Amino acid sequence: MARVGVITFPGSNDDRAALRATRFLGGEPVALWHADPDLKGVDAVILPGGFSYGDYLRTGAIARFAPALASVRGFAERGGPVLGICNGFQILCETGLLPGALIRNRDLRFICRWVDVRVETADTVVTQGSATGDVLRIPIKHGEGQWITSKEEAARVEGEGLVAFRYCAADGTVDDAHNPNGSIGNIAGLRNERGNVVGLMPHPEHAVDSDLGPTGGRPLLESLMAFAPERT
Amino acid sequence: MKRRFEVIITLKEGLLDPQGKAVEGSLPAMGWGNVSHVRVGKHVELTVDAGSEDTARARVEEITTRLLSNPVIEDFRVLETEEVE
Repeated sequence: MARVGVITFPGSNDDRAALRATRFLGGEPVALWHADPDLKGVDAVILPGGFSYGDYLRTGAIARFAPALASVRGFAERGGPVLGICNGFQILCETGLLPGALIRNRDLRFICRWVDVRVETADTVVTQGSATGDVLRIPIKHGEGQWITSKEEAARVEGEGLVAFRYCAADGTVDDAHNPNGSIGNIAGLRNERGNVVGLMPHPEHAVDSDLGPTGGRPLLESLMAFAPERT
Repeated sequence: MKRRFEVIITLKEGLLDPQGKAVEGSLPAMGWGNVSHVRVGKHVELTVDAGSEDTARARVEEITTRLLSNPVIEDFRVLETEEVE
């Protein structure tokens, strides 16, 4: 059984949902604490959604210096699977584990609704059970989800295939009408070069139980847990 | 030797500044229709104890680059300092 650690920061609010989703899908959830560098030997780490440290300075800016994050960096460098969801994605960008930054949504509003995202690569710890082009229905709920970077870096991200997910229409069409927050290239999620670190704004942990709605998050978390025990 | 610094952090040119836009949008209601390009940034004050002004300034720049600002989206400038105590 894969042991999935979820790090709680002051201000995290989706940590319990991530722990619950792990248990729901047959994994063993392990609660981790931001001030504790011990990752307790977990097979995978989730940085959950929320408002760590009140989003002071910038989203994710302070969480980056948490003792647990130093351990996550080492874990990621050894190839350990790391998934950042929403605020977790913002933290991964602030740490430099993923490129770019997330700023206020284009229309300045907090958005809370279901969206469709297209899988852009199966070569990540959360998409190995998916195929490129798969469309997943997953909810978003964020005020600062507009992914941006310099033109040069955006070109590198596209060129190296680091885009993991794009916002799209139900049929997979990627266009501006289906870009909820103004992200460059409709980017909803990124991976690192090795594919073991992934960040995305949509919340897969809120889309696993068919009693509660669509289950687009399920293949992602199942993939994360399937990958975990094989970690070297 | 302690020196007082002020750091101004602004969103890079060309990036949408939602706070500035909201402030600008409220001005016509106050009767000010002739104000544009409102930009809101951050102002941080800090006191650094270091041997020389150059050393202190270098420290402030490092702190600002690593924590106070995000070089991907923000620019900053360190304002004139004064010696304290």
